[in-house]
Amino acid sequence: MSDRVPPLLISILCIGIAILYLPILVLIAYSFNASSLVSVWGGFSTSWYSELMHNDQILDAAWLSLEIGVVVSTVAVILGTLAAIALVRFKVFRGRLLLTGMVNAPLVMPEIITGITQLLLFVSMLHLFGWPHRGFTTIVIAHVAFCTAYVTITVQSRLQTADRSLEEAAMDLGSGPVRAFLDTTLPGIAPALASSWLLSFTLSLDDLVISSFVSGPGASTLPMVIFSKVKLGVSPDVNALASLIICLVAACVLLAGYLMRRSERQRVRDAQLAQH
Amino acid sequence: MRAQINLGMKRYGKWLIILPPMLYLLVFFLIPFAFALKISLADTAVRVPPFTDIFTVSPDWHAHVALNFGNFKYLFTDEVYGLSYFYSIKTAFFSTLICLALGYPMAYAIARTAKSTQSILLLIIILPFWTSFLLRVYALEGIIRETGLLNSTLLWLGIIHEPLQIMRTTFAVYLGIIYSYLPFMVLPLFATLEKLDHSLLEAAADLGSPPWRAFIDVTLPLSMPGIIAGSMLVFIPAIGEFVIPTLLGGPDNLMIGRVLWDEFFGNRDWPVASAVAIAFLVLLVGPIALYQHNSSKQLEA
Repeated sequence: MSDRVPPLLISILCIGIAILYLPILVLIAYSFNASSLVSVWGGFSTSWYSELMHNDQILDAAWLSLEIGVVVSTVAVILGTLAAIALVRFKVFRGRLLLTGMVNAPLVMPEIITGITQLLLFVSMLHLFGWPHRGFTTIVIAHVAFCTAYVTITVQSRLQTADRSLEEAAMDLGSGPVRAFLDTTLPGIAPALASSWLLSFTLSLDDLVISSFVSGPGASTLPMVIFSKVKLGVSPDVNALASLIICLVAACVLLAGYLMRRSERQRVRDAQLAQH
Repeated sequence: MRAQINLGMKRYGKWLIILPPMLYLLVFFLIPFAFALKISLADTAVRVPPFTDIFTVSPDWHAHVALNFGNFKYLFTDEVYGLSYFYSIKTAFFSTLICLALGYPMAYAIARTAKSTQSILLLIIILPFWTSFLLRVYALEGIIRETGLLNSTLLWLGIIHEPLQIMRTTFAVYLGIIYSYLPFMVLPLFATLEKLDHSLLEAAADLGSPPWRAFIDVTLPLSMPGIIAGSMLVFIPAIGEFVIPTLLGGPDNLMIGRVLWDEFFGNRDWPVASAVAIAFLVLLVGPIALYQHNSSKQLEA
């Protein structure tokens, strides 16, 4: 349906996109402002960026967030892919409904509820078993739970459209089901796995509310440090830091989108080849 | 032999795939709610963790269960909680309506453009969807604060003579929610509008329906799943929003997320905070069930 689009609709679309992007563009522009007064333009400068490089609190937090992000996305991709395989390939099993619910619920559950309940779990576990201490470990555990949900949804939709004829052929030729899956279907969905890794990474990197609840003293992630600074008002070094994070996240999302599109094209091409 | 292994694989092997994610989500997502329920029935105590055990066994093997329903009663007696529930629902409801009014034409316009433009426009909508709420709300503050872009532009144009006070008002909270959650509305709406069978609209036109009539009779009912999904994706998280009311709202802005946060970190009254969270969750069961039902129906179609 690509006929004439009414101009009124086009203008609303443009207004909507302007609302979404204007604040971010202004933020990035002001991160290059030489003046330390946030409302006055004092010429172009990158001094706020170089100042960031000397701020130990921010560097420590950034490092912690990156470490958490890498561990979280790796574990979440493994668990989420297993859950997606279970939901797509095994039509009937005990607890299927439960798994479906647990995969969908974190997507809509307000973060504050998830954060509080997980904190209460960790505190009770520490009381009973002496583990886990609040900090890196608990943040990772909490992030993996909601990232797994996102990975499952992404991989699930990709697996549903995956062609199984190659896998069946491999099994006919004597491969076991696991072997056949690893050799044929897995390479096909690999881009979807890579893109869900990147998306998990951005989700983990961005999370403030859940991290704040489950973290302990001494473990402050980047969003937590930014939040405590932002509460005090707008400041130019936060502008620079925010611009950097927004660019990193945008790069991850663009790369993830590119991978997904390439795998989709590959699938369409394979399907066409199979028909001829 | 191989057939036997395959049979064994079929029977038990599938649990090797199902169990790891199942157990993980069970222990770290579902069971925590049971702990919240347990602690909401405990008393506050000066110790670590800061609440009493509801189940104790004395040295002479008497088991005691001490349930304290006072926390829930407290929710009804202290009107702060009732007010903040009401206020959160009101704010989320109107923000959802405005998002729908803005998001529907946007999704409709994207669905009607050529495929090549479509993917670029979608990417433009998806990008902020993944970008941190905290940073986007902070960016919005740069526009609407007293010396921000909006006020300086209006002053420069001579439309106003004194800066508008937008920050720390209810209006700023609405603005923040709409700005943050708009992509959550547009994406599911686009997904249903894209699949819409255009021949139905042509049929309606052939039968003499004016375009607005065809829209109300055909497009709107068929896009209902998208409307429900988008509205729930905005409404449910918006009720529990914490960052937006804290950064943009005034000190009197009592959204439930903020009350919960203060109860936890300010008052350190965990049992009452758990009771607030449980009551909040009960409130959300309806909307979440609607969302799940809607999306499972979509998946089957």
